[in-house]
Amino acid sequence: MVPHAVEMRGVTKRFPGVLACDSVDFELRQGEVHALLGENGAGKSTLMNILTGLYRPDSGLILVDNTPLSFRSPRDAIRAGIGMVHQHFMLVPSQTATENILLGLGEPRFWMRLRQYNQAIAELGEQYGLMVDPRAKIWQLSVGEQQRVEILKMLYRGAKVLILDEPTAVLAPQEIEELFKTVRTMAQGGKSVVFISHKLDEVLSIADRITVLRKGKATASGLATRESSKAELARLMVGREVLFHLEKKHRAPGEVVLAVEGVDALNDKGLPALRDVSLTVRSGEIVGLAGVAGNGQSELAEVITGLRRLTRGRVRVHGEVMVQDRETRGDDTLVRRMIDSGVAHVPEDRTHVGSAPNLSVTDNLIMKGYRDPPVSHGWSIDSSVARSQAESLRSSYDIMTPSVETPVRLLSGGNLQRVILAREIGTRPKLLVAMQPARGLDVGAIEGVRRLLLEQREEGAAILLVSEELEELMELSDRMYVINGGQMMGEVRQADAATIGLMMTGTRLADLPASVGKGP
Amino acid sequence: MTTVEASTERRWRWPIEIRLEPRLTQPAWLGFVVSLGAVALALVLGGIVLKLVGGDPLRAYRFMLMASFGNLGVISDTITKATPLILVGLACALAFRMRLWNIGAEGQFFAGAFGASAVVLTPLLAPETSGVWLIPAMMLAGFLAGAVWGFLPGFLKARFNVNEIISTLMMNYIAVAWNNFFIFAVWTEGGFQMSRVFPRTAWLPRLADYAKAIPEFRGLTAHLGLVIGLLAAVVVWWVLYRSKWGYEIRLIGDNPKAARYAGVNIVRNTVLVMMLSGGLAGLAGMSEISGVVHRLQGAISPGYGFTGIIVAWLAKLNPLAVIPVSVLFGALILAGREIQPSGLPKMIQGIVLVCLIASELMIRNRLRVTFRPVRS
Amino acid sequence: MDPIIILQAGVATGTVLLFATLGEILAERSGVLNLGVEGMMLFGAMSAMSLAVRTGNPWLGMLAGMFASGLLSQVHAIITIQFRADQVVSGLALNFAAVGLSLVFGEGLSKAGALALLPTYTVPWLNQIPALGPIFFTRQSVMVYIGYLLIPLVWVYIHRTRPGMHLRAIGEFPAAADALGINVARLRHFYVFLGGMLAGVAGATISLAVSPGWFSELTTSGQGWIAIGLVIFAQWDPVRAAFGSYAFGALRRLILDIQGPTVLLGLRNPFYYNPYWGFFLQMIPYAFTIVVLVLGSREAMRKRLGSPAALGFPYVRGERGL
Repeated sequence: MVPHAVEMRGVTKRFPGVLACDSVDFELRQGEVHALLGENGAGKSTLMNILTGLYRPDSGLILVDNTPLSFRSPRDAIRAGIGMVHQHFMLVPSQTATENILLGLGEPRFWMRLRQYNQAIAELGEQYGLMVDPRAKIWQLSVGEQQRVEILKMLYRGAKVLILDEPTAVLAPQEIEELFKTVRTMAQGGKSVVFISHKLDEVLSIADRITVLRKGKATASGLATRESSKAELARLMVGREVLFHLEKKHRAPGEVVLAVEGVDALNDKGLPALRDVSLTVRSGEIVGLAGVAGNGQSELAEVITGLRRLTRGRVRVHGEVMVQDRETRGDDTLVRRMIDSGVAHVPEDRTHVGSAPNLSVTDNLIMKGYRDPPVSHGWSIDSSVARSQAESLRSSYDIMTPSVETPVRLLSGGNLQRVILAREIGTRPKLLVAMQPARGLDVGAIEGVRRLLLEQREEGAAILLVSEELEELMELSDRMYVINGGQMMGEVRQADAATIGLMMTGTRLADLPASVGKGP
Repeated sequence: MTTVEASTERRWRWPIEIRLEPRLTQPAWLGFVVSLGAVALALVLGGIVLKLVGGDPLRAYRFMLMASFGNLGVISDTITKATPLILVGLACALAFRMRLWNIGAEGQFFAGAFGASAVVLTPLLAPETSGVWLIPAMMLAGFLAGAVWGFLPGFLKARFNVNEIISTLMMNYIAVAWNNFFIFAVWTEGGFQMSRVFPRTAWLPRLADYAKAIPEFRGLTAHLGLVIGLLAAVVVWWVLYRSKWGYEIRLIGDNPKAARYAGVNIVRNTVLVMMLSGGLAGLAGMSEISGVVHRLQGAISPGYGFTGIIVAWLAKLNPLAVIPVSVLFGALILAGREIQPSGLPKMIQGIVLVCLIASELMIRNRLRVTFRPVRS
Repeated sequence: MDPIIILQAGVATGTVLLFATLGEILAERSGVLNLGVEGMMLFGAMSAMSLAVRTGNPWLGMLAGMFASGLLSQVHAIITIQFRADQVVSGLALNFAAVGLSLVFGEGLSKAGALALLPTYTVPWLNQIPALGPIFFTRQSVMVYIGYLLIPLVWVYIHRTRPGMHLRAIGEFPAAADALGINVARLRHFYVFLGGMLAGVAGATISLAVSPGWFSELTTSGQGWIAIGLVIFAQWDPVRAAFGSYAFGALRRLILDIQGPTVLLGLRNPFYYNPYWGFFLQMIPYAFTIVVLVLGSREAMRKRLGSPAALGFPYVRGERGL
């Protein structure tokens, strides 16, 4: 009998209003790569957070090396040899890699003499193929390097079980290959790896066995990869036949609505985020922007919607120059002008940017339209008009909420996104900038979002869709731009994932062999 | 199945586990009840402290109750003390709604007193001017002076992100010194540390003056400032809940990033709200000078500006609720004047605020009590 | 108007600000903003003087001041760390409560009787250094010398020791520290306590050394707030804090002294002949604090640095629904 590194039996965890884990069984064999598959909200992260001591289970048994254990805090789990690399890295930006790796340990005793530690960590990195400069500060490292620091953090503590939570979300295709190599090396070295993901292709490629969670229950436990298929996994994840393709009618795009011309911009740290970026979007088309997170997409969206100043170039909406570098300082009215020109923006960050958590659904829905009739006249807001508008949006967009006066923070992620979409699309925008609109939603909601986007396309809106899910972009976009390092790598109409992957990692379309991809 | 302890020794655990869980719904009465509980707790704690320094809490509280609500005369005095509190409470509630921590209401109060006095003492209007012109002129001057005092911290915050708590606080000290200069050096009367008495036309009429027929009302101190305060409360309520501007203020206060994203001009609103807030506090200063003190002197505020902060918080930043809360604290200030130790009212105010903040935990969460076996 | 005297007195007064500022730096670096410094200072001053008068021993008074304020700070700590209330409002509330408590407990303290003060010292040899000697090492209170030692101590602690690294981590990214087993709540309680203690020391330094006596709220007259402003100006660095504190102390002394002589810089001294101009002089430290704040904020904006990233936000482990 192959020894089990970790066994979880009948683990249940409840949060107010939701049953996150429902009597889940999970067993991890030693030296294997075991994928934990499920869509967002299925309970994968919760289950693993229990295993790493962040949460306490309401009931159930956890066995490590066949010994029942209970963890009171992450420290206990780490001591038992279980380490987790989170999706959002937990690294202190202003400190070095070594300092981050040493954080929480009892060493160095008192004085920070780091030379021997720097060396030990460098050696550990070489052993597993995780090359990173121990003396570099985290903010200086690339995302892939930061991930290596996170992994080293766990290895240094002698973790025998490594849990990787959606590790490929922030990596380019080439980096993903390297990660897979590292994972296999670790498994061969006797480590047991749990690979949390919602991406079927990756799971089939890297895992030895798969456990599938759906709405807190395990629909398949320890399924051997060899014996499974993409379709079956999808069914286990979702419970019904999943439509992989939506109906997209062919349309001839209309006039140019958005023109970005030679734009430069800085990011929050004052470093260049965009360099000579140009793109166009016409009415009646969906233009996708592909790229690994953190390569300038956010900054570009912010420039287009007026939230960020550009340092060079201009942005035109319907031919009119809306933004240029001679903007006066402290001009807070830029966003306003964009909104007034019919630019709608579905932001990346639903809770911190796109909504006001303690205000009601109604208040959130009028956020863009409150300045004009019929919602307001002169100085005052007509609350009955606002409320009736909210009610009608609520039914057309299927927003599940006890009432339109409910504070928006009590809504689920999917419903919050519906509120935002209702608000942005309800104004029949000319240009819609949608950033990761389907992120973190369950499959039903994702379908709904995609349908809405296609509908708007039918109605003649110009849509710029920024997404990390290449599949989604390829399905929905009429054309795609690829951005890397703040620069446009090229524009493609029909291309395969490999081509786009190359562009996402820095190869310009122009430099690729002619047989691949088609230009504009 | 229950989990087993990691260590091999048995450990005794409390049989009761009390945990906090977020509430999913918040009934409307909850806030009120919790606040009431906080005030009660504060009174108990204050009583304990009083006992420690050798006082008699029950007697002290009873005395305070009688001294503020015992008869018509003292009720009127309580209302007189509440009048500036309403305005200052509104000033703070408005600013706090936008997460602008205006701690400078005291200084803006002094500025308003200065502005109003300047109209009379410079004099900007001839002394024979009838009250019909003089009073509104003083109101305007008081409001503007307070608004100017609020403008600087507002501007610094909007432009340079200067912490408004400290800047408004510093302005408090500056305002006091400014007023003192004029009191001691420019407008001094006979070498005393106060200005001359204002002409009668510059006095806010007493409310009793409008009901001369009723003998019981003679001599009551409540003055027209109360009406100003009540009107201001309604105006601020309307602005916050019915106007576009109020929507923007509430949006900024809840999530400034979302406000920016919605195209709201945060810089402009920061300055405007600080000016309006300062103006309201300045109006309070004018009201006190013209309705009660009738001259400019150093001692015109027992800390109204700071009490206003607590009033605003207890009223949950609701302009209409500010009114009854102001009466409560007006009573506290009035009765506290004659009580030993003299720091008692301030102490109670402080403890009330602490308890209030601690109690907010119970509004967002509820207790969950579960019973467990003693040994597993 | 002797510059040496002004600087010497400046160091003495500045030491008060120094303790308060260093304490707040520690608390803020751990991620907790404590606006109750003024109240805690006042409480420390009152407690220190009370016990010193009662026992005749100023050191006992100092201890009383330290622990009384430290204890008071834990109210704020519990409310912000355990109850997750807003740090700004809680600090303000603590301030009001502390001031009130100080006034109540300190009733009658000004007539309490003879007060034993902390000793003053002159350091032999060091006091012979030209210019620096008379300023820093001559007839200064023992607290001043403790202050000198505290500056490098705090700096080294923050930047060169392991617990200092943890301090920085919990203020920048508490989730990372928590995931690695560091008890964020406990450490924050500790640093808030240290901050409170140092505020108490600052207050005790006033009542037992620099400006002995009890003057109700005028004892501290806003220095706690100035200290908070200095923290921003210091960009959370102990050495800059020291510089700012001593500069402010000197400024206060200068304002006092400038009204004395009849001749100033060869001209008729307007402050002597117009004593009421003294009110404008009174404004200077407060106006200066605002200036200092503007400078500090602009620098923070320019360098895109600034406060410890997690300052002001309660840390929630994620269990309670974010």
